[in-house]
Amino acid sequence: MAIPSAVPFINLGWDDVLFIILSVVMIGSALLVVTLRDIIRCGLAMMVSFAALAGLYVLIGAPLVAAAQVLVYIGAISVLVLFAIMLTQTKAAPARLVFQTQAVPAAIAAAVLALLIALTVGATNWNAVDAPIRVGTAILAQVLFDQFVLPFEIVSVLLLAAVIGGIFLAKREKDSSI
Amino acid sequence: MSHSLDAYLILAGILFAIGTFGFLARRNAISMLMSIELMLNAVNLTIIAFGAFIASLKVQGSVIALIVLAVAAAEATVGLSIVIAIFRNKKTPLVDEYDTMRD
Repeated sequence: MAIPSAVPFINLGWDDVLFIILSVVMIGSALLVVTLRDIIRCGLAMMVSFAALAGLYVLIGAPLVAAAQVLVYIGAISVLVLFAIMLTQTKAAPARLVFQTQAVPAAIAAAVLALLIALTVGATNWNAVDAPIRVGTAILAQVLFDQFVLPFEIVSVLLLAAVIGGIFLAKREKDSSI
Repeated sequence: MSHSLDAYLILAGILFAIGTFGFLARRNAISMLMSIELMLNAVNLTIIAFGAFIASLKVQGSVIALIVLAVAAAEATVGLSIVIAIFRNKKTPLVDEYDTMRD
């Protein structure tokens, strides 16, 4: 049985439906990240948001970046965040008040920001092509190690500095006089 | 809809605004760092979308997004270790109780 070219009953293509589903999951779980009371659940919702974003990267034609997103964000950064949550939660200070006192102005500012971005995007002519261009891994590697080889090396030095800095900052000191 | 640059850019804008709200409104330092991660993801989505829809940026978009990914990993490492170091001294993860420099 052949798959129909458009989704039955609603007149949309499959990639449009996928785009809507992934967008709703990503925005919904991002809202959960900033509003949930239990911070462990915030971390788990963040992983869902990153996964939906990886799906969007595949949809837009950047599969290598999607794989890197899964490896780096879901695999590394989320686990790091969950470990930090478990290290810093105390029973003595249950976070009953989740938000600062200026949460309402912050919400208004964020809504205005989203509206401004949407208006700017709608008003600009980007000269965009009609369909997303797929980027193959071979050509990406060629550009990365030819044109962008200096940023690549600088990033490796930056990661080394981050590792050393992380160990130095988080290590337990003998006399905690500071 | 999935074939238009505007849809992706507006999506990234909404995600960035959510991250901004979380950074401004949450009290927990780790929640603020998670909001920063959301904002970095929104920026990455913007870069990827421009790379996919502007013909002259075809490969460069993906390369820059990969570099941003590595920088985000470094930022998360250093930020979380700073939070853990502060927590060890102040015994609280709430940023409005970090008022040593105010006195």
